[in-house]
Amino acid sequence: MKIATRTGVIATATVLTLALAACTASNEEPAATSTPPATPAASDAPATSAAMSLSGELNGAGASTQQVAMEAWRAKFQNANPDLTINYDPVGSGGGRTQFLDGSVGWAGSDAALGEDEYVTAQTRCGVDGAINLPVYVSPIAVAFNLDGIDSLNLDAATIAMIFDGKITNWSDPAIAADNDGVTLPDAAITIVHRSDESGTTKNFTDYLQKASDGAWPYDASGDWANDLGESGQGTSGVVQIITSTTGTIGYADESQVSDLGVVSVKVGDAFTAPSAEGAAIALEASTPAGTNGPNDLAFDLDRTTTAAGAYPVMLSSYVIVCQKYDDAAVAANVTSFLEYVASPEGQTAGAAAAGSAPISAELSAKIVSILQGIATASGV
Amino acid sequence: MTITDKRETPEVPLTAHSSSLANSSFTWLSTFAASLILVLLAAVATFLIVEAWPALTDGGAILAEKVSWIKPDVGESLIQVMGYLVFGTILISAIALLIAAPLSIGIALFISHYAPRKLASGLGYLIDLLAAIPSVVYGLWGAIVLVPVLQPFYAWLGAHFGWIPLFAPDPLTGVVSPTGRVALSAGIVLAIMIIPIITAVTREVFLQTPKLHEEAALAMGATRWEMIRMAVFPFGRSGMIGATMLGLGRALGETMAVYMILSVGLSYSFNIVQSGEHNTIASYIAGQFPEANSYGVSALIAMGLALFLITLLVNSLARWIVSRRSEFSGAN
Repeated sequence: MKIATRTGVIATATVLTLALAACTASNEEPAATSTPPATPAASDAPATSAAMSLSGELNGAGASTQQVAMEAWRAKFQNANPDLTINYDPVGSGGGRTQFLDGSVGWAGSDAALGEDEYVTAQTRCGVDGAINLPVYVSPIAVAFNLDGIDSLNLDAATIAMIFDGKITNWSDPAIAADNDGVTLPDAAITIVHRSDESGTTKNFTDYLQKASDGAWPYDASGDWANDLGESGQGTSGVVQIITSTTGTIGYADESQVSDLGVVSVKVGDAFTAPSAEGAAIALEASTPAGTNGPNDLAFDLDRTTTAAGAYPVMLSSYVIVCQKYDDAAVAANVTSFLEYVASPEGQTAGAAAAGSAPISAELSAKIVSILQGIATASGV
Repeated sequence: MTITDKRETPEVPLTAHSSSLANSSFTWLSTFAASLILVLLAAVATFLIVEAWPALTDGGAILAEKVSWIKPDVGESLIQVMGYLVFGTILISAIALLIAAPLSIGIALFISHYAPRKLASGLGYLIDLLAAIPSVVYGLWGAIVLVPVLQPFYAWLGAHFGWIPLFAPDPLTGVVSPTGRVALSAGIVLAIMIIPIITAVTREVFLQTPKLHEEAALAMGATRWEMIRMAVFPFGRSGMIGATMLGLGRALGETMAVYMILSVGLSYSFNIVQSGEHNTIASYIAGQFPEANSYGVSALIAMGLALFLITLLVNSLARWIVSRRSEFSGAN
């Protein structure tokens, strides 16, 4: 009797395990291939009811860079629309794009524009018009350092690249002194500080180094730090904490987070520009559009070598990715109205106040708002 | 015949009870709880294998294209990165164990055999409290308070013992890490984190030493240290090993403390006072996960699978040692 019970339990356990295994295995297949079409079908029904007033739940996911600004946008917009709940899950750019493409969120925040095959996948999720990138978050990245008594240094991209690649190892190096007349540089070792986690900040900083340094930066732009040199900290706060606590360090972080540290003015044309929100906005204006999905796709190929006066090319631009047409009018209304606020001058000011980002220009802002209105019309709002 | 009768008579009411509802439901409940462990373990293993499968089977070229941190052209394919991380994980855990094991056994001995009873119970309580501190707090404390304190010591090590490869200064700058965010720091903080668990288990084992053995040793004129060597250690050996392995298990899987303390890098360097040389599997997963795409997640889960296998191996090894040792331990 006892033995029988025991075998029974073990059998149940085994069956359960097998069932679990089968379950996960069978879930895996469609997740890779056929999930996207399922979602529009499910949301077909409410598309007929023209839900004009904003209500319900709006979900977005993506880059953690936008998170601070997104909190501010969310709070302000929800105050004005108390029936609407907005969620933003800062899972990271890649995760956000994936969730957007498989239809689990209404929009994605991403530091990188959609890739070639992602545009194709987007046509399954959004219909033939696919998805577009809209830049709503622009933030300067400061090259920050900690040297006693020095608040500012002038450096060109090649020198910065050589410092971060271990070619220049001492603060009194002639290459640094050359651009800094009148600054007494200490004879001390340079300790570089970078991010230990994969990040959009690293990707944009190394993109700048690679494009602007005339070959002094031998690596490709990447969200992961390229060499094994120096110290690394977790997140912006980790990097700033290391720089703050150790003299002789140099690193990079969002400009809004480095208030107490010395910052590098980078060489743009013949002048040196300190990091500022305005400078980043000018650099974005100077960049070439790189959107491949029609005139509404506002992806930018950031111009790191711009010589525009006052431009600060060491910056990060982060996009929201949306469908050109939503099947569900209610979702379309929520997404477009919220993002219209985000792109509006008021929204940009709120974001800048909260996150130290650079407000986009009035012209770009108006363009994004009109694109979003177009999406709302196309979706039958 | 009569004897068996006497034995069985009192059991009759007992067996009658066992058919009651409370008894059978308790039997079921405990069986369910026990089999749940099996199911959970199988579910975790299945999850790891299924999720890691695309990364393990899709081939290096596809992965390299989809995942930014997999770079076969510079010697960082998935397997190679995994190799670096397994090395870093084991190195840092080994440092932690080397520091924690002797300290813990010392503390346990002090509590069980040296300290006055009042002090012993207070100290035991404090050690248990250490175990209750969340690892993120250890991480913050380590990164902000401990590491800057340790750095001058590392600088001294590098200056005077730099000829030992373990403490060699950076050839590029000629000094050891100026921030102290190195493998040794991570190892020290991990050691502090695993001391409570090793101490608690060994203390219990030492307290189990038969009084008769101890008194016999003392009666033969042994000093207290000789008594401990002759009676306590042989009896507690398997317990000490088991406790150490428990500690190692915790050190291997620790994420937050390492994540916050270590300046990471990938290499097979034994230099433990230089930054940017090591990383552990758990800390690597924590760092890469937020920005990972689906392929990246799959590759990271493959690393999790590797960690799972290592801990499984460590635990089986511990079991094996304990079962082997127990025959000679004098416990029986």
